[in-house]
Amino acid sequence: MENKENNLGVKMKSIDLELYYHDFQALHGINMDIYENRVTALIGPSGCGKSTYLRTLNRMNDLIEGTTIKGQVFLDDVSIYEKNVDVVSLRKRVGMVFQKPSVFPMSVYENVAYGPKIHGVKKKSHLDEIVEKSLRAANLWNEMGDRLNSPASRMSGGQQQRLVIARVLAVDPEVILMDEPASALDPISTSKLEELIRELKKNYTIVIVTHNMQQAARVSDYTGFFLNGNLVEFSHTNELFVNPVDKQTEDYITGRFG
Amino acid sequence: MNKDKNNRNRRRSENVIENILMLCAAIFILVIILITIFIFAKGMPLLLKIGIVDFLFNSNWMPGKGNYGIWTMFVGSLAVTFMAMVWAVPLGIITAIFMAEIAPPRVAKILGSMVELLAGIPSVVYGFVGLIVIVPFIREVLGGNGLSVLAGAIILGIMILPTIISISRDALLAVPPEYKEGSLALGATRYQTIARVIVPAARSGIVTAVVLGMGRAIGETMAVIMVTGNATVIPGSILSPVRTMTSNIVLEMGYATGDHQAALFATGMILFVFIVCLNLLVSISVKAGRAHGGK
Amino acid sequence: MAANNWKDRLITAGFWFAAFIIVGILLGIVGYVVVKGFTSINLDFILQPPSRAGRAGGISTTIVSTLYLTLMSLLIAVPIGVGSAIYLEEYARSNSKFARLVNLTSETLAGIPSIIFGLFGFVFFVIFLGLGWSVLSGSLTLAIMVLPTITRTAQEAVSSVSHEYRENSLALGATKWQTTRKVILPSALPGIVTGVILAVGRAVGETAALILTAGSSLGMPVVPTDPARTMAVHLYVLAMEGISMERAFGTAFLIVVLIIVINYLANLSLSKISKAMR
Repeated sequence: MENKENNLGVKMKSIDLELYYHDFQALHGINMDIYENRVTALIGPSGCGKSTYLRTLNRMNDLIEGTTIKGQVFLDDVSIYEKNVDVVSLRKRVGMVFQKPSVFPMSVYENVAYGPKIHGVKKKSHLDEIVEKSLRAANLWNEMGDRLNSPASRMSGGQQQRLVIARVLAVDPEVILMDEPASALDPISTSKLEELIRELKKNYTIVIVTHNMQQAARVSDYTGFFLNGNLVEFSHTNELFVNPVDKQTEDYITGRFG
Repeated sequence: MNKDKNNRNRRRSENVIENILMLCAAIFILVIILITIFIFAKGMPLLLKIGIVDFLFNSNWMPGKGNYGIWTMFVGSLAVTFMAMVWAVPLGIITAIFMAEIAPPRVAKILGSMVELLAGIPSVVYGFVGLIVIVPFIREVLGGNGLSVLAGAIILGIMILPTIISISRDALLAVPPEYKEGSLALGATRYQTIARVIVPAARSGIVTAVVLGMGRAIGETMAVIMVTGNATVIPGSILSPVRTMTSNIVLEMGYATGDHQAALFATGMILFVFIVCLNLLVSISVKAGRAHGGK
Repeated sequence: MAANNWKDRLITAGFWFAAFIIVGILLGIVGYVVVKGFTSINLDFILQPPSRAGRAGGISTTIVSTLYLTLMSLLIAVPIGVGSAIYLEEYARSNSKFARLVNLTSETLAGIPSIIFGLFGFVFFVIFLGLGWSVLSGSLTLAIMVLPTITRTAQEAVSSVSHEYRENSLALGATKWQTTRKVILPSALPGIVTGVILAVGRAVGETAALILTAGSSLGMPVVPTDPARTMAVHLYVLAMEGISMERAFGTAFLIVVLIIVINYLANLSLSKISKAMR
């Protein structure tokens, strides 16, 4: 699928997407393109729907009782909310990193190997390969390569978050969703994480929800501003921050609310 | 993404697993239904034949001659239960208050473990100690056979203490600290606070504890058999021997047939219905209390 | 002020006195059994079967019976109990009528006295299903008696597993069952084990239900269709019939020691959980 701009591929997109929690409408007609191998940031005040939107991309909202979806979401031109869609493979292709780095109560190795194992990889040599590759890609191999059997819970917050990313990378996704990944981290870990994101986008499509505008400005190529369940504005990061079209966007960016 | 075959197989096996797990949960319902059906099936016909009034209020229990009146045993159960509660409830509540409000943390913890241990000791061991120690003591000091209502009350009381203590203690600990702080801030002493604020606030939990203790006492069997003498008479005093409904079942089941056996089942049925209703009442009142923003 | 002081102290003394009574009761009973029973314990007592209806010999068959019945009832109750807990916590919708009904029946079962289970076990397993007085009848009866305990503790253990583990596992493309099996159950294991230990305690001490379902034959049970007499039932018979006080004390001693060990293990397992939570 192509876009008029720069021959950029559109990896995922949503068309007129609406989401309801029972009777409450959380998302109003979201139309958004997510470009391949780019970082798209979603910003907005608390409760604006950005995390909710993120979770529609890998159907994690299915887990919440009483959720209904209208409209469509596409991954490579295939609608993901059809009845015959295998959610398990969807989540393999579209991975997610959560706000609180939640490592399983297992060793570093076991955490990273968890994904491949449940998807059927059995040979130890193959798993070893995947674990090393993923830890390298997450910039953790240098620190943890010789301590693969130590419990993951003993790692620092920043290391745990990178381990979670390694865990996601191990299932070989195409898209990586990140829900406020740095909000529980200290500044140094945060900048390491942002560096990692910049590297990752060479091979993956990244969508990141953040309440930190400076972070969005530093790390993303495209930015979408959400407000009250609406996508108010979406454009190149530079343009959105320097030349916002909508007044509400401007108000948010200049700190007049949120 | 639509690798349909893999998808379908996976969904199918996930469904199978979910159904198996649901069946496990359904076993609870199945068991209760079976218990109700079978016990009623065995006991109801006899009750209908004799009539529940006659069954319950007739004090003539002579299976050999076809007389099935359980009044003596009904009174026996009541007597032993009541006498047990007379001393175990106050002691239990006082101990609970001690553990929740007065004891230093380490003491409370040790006492808690001890109460737990008391709860775990089997019925037969209590009965055994009662038989060897309490019964001769009563015989010697107070007279009579020793095998008596009193012996039953003492042993039964010991056995229901853990129930009363732990549930009351939980209720007391659940009282919001703001109540206590508010009272102390007004200048009340510790004991005034306990008596006038904390205990009343925990009232429904304490009542639950007592009711559950009573349920346990009524259902208790082995220890009571071993110390009460099992005479089918209406006890004239606490030194008199007595037989409870539960004791009767265990004692005679081994050789009872036909109507006799059915009568024992009928006794069990009455106990079953009574205790289930008791527990349901407690459950409902606890939930109602919680719904009203209660304790 | 002075008047209040002595009143206060009196009340405090009263409370401490009550506590001492409790301690005294416990130490009295346990101590008495331990002291009097200790002398009856020797290798012969444990390894020799009872002879002359228990007047002589040891209690080996009852020890084996106790273990046999306990293990078999756990074999039945643990899978069903843990399975139910998983269903109620992971699969059932939060306010489903089925889940509420199961919880209600579980609570009800928990409050039913042993004698009723004994009656049911007798009429259903022994007679209706034709299993006779046997280890099988006894185990099945014991299993339904401990089922509520196992399920309740397993439910608590499963529900306290951090929901983030679930989220992360599902987001990696794991199915519900894979998540349950590989992340949730291992984390919930200590809690489940505590419930199992408590169930063992109940099984070891149970008497009324077993008299009516497992029989009271003194032979060594080999196949599940054999009848069996547990230590608790043996103690009852020895004491009631006045057969052998010495052996009764020995049996009581073993039972009490077993209960103390079980209690200790349960507390250990519980503290392992709170450590793991930190």
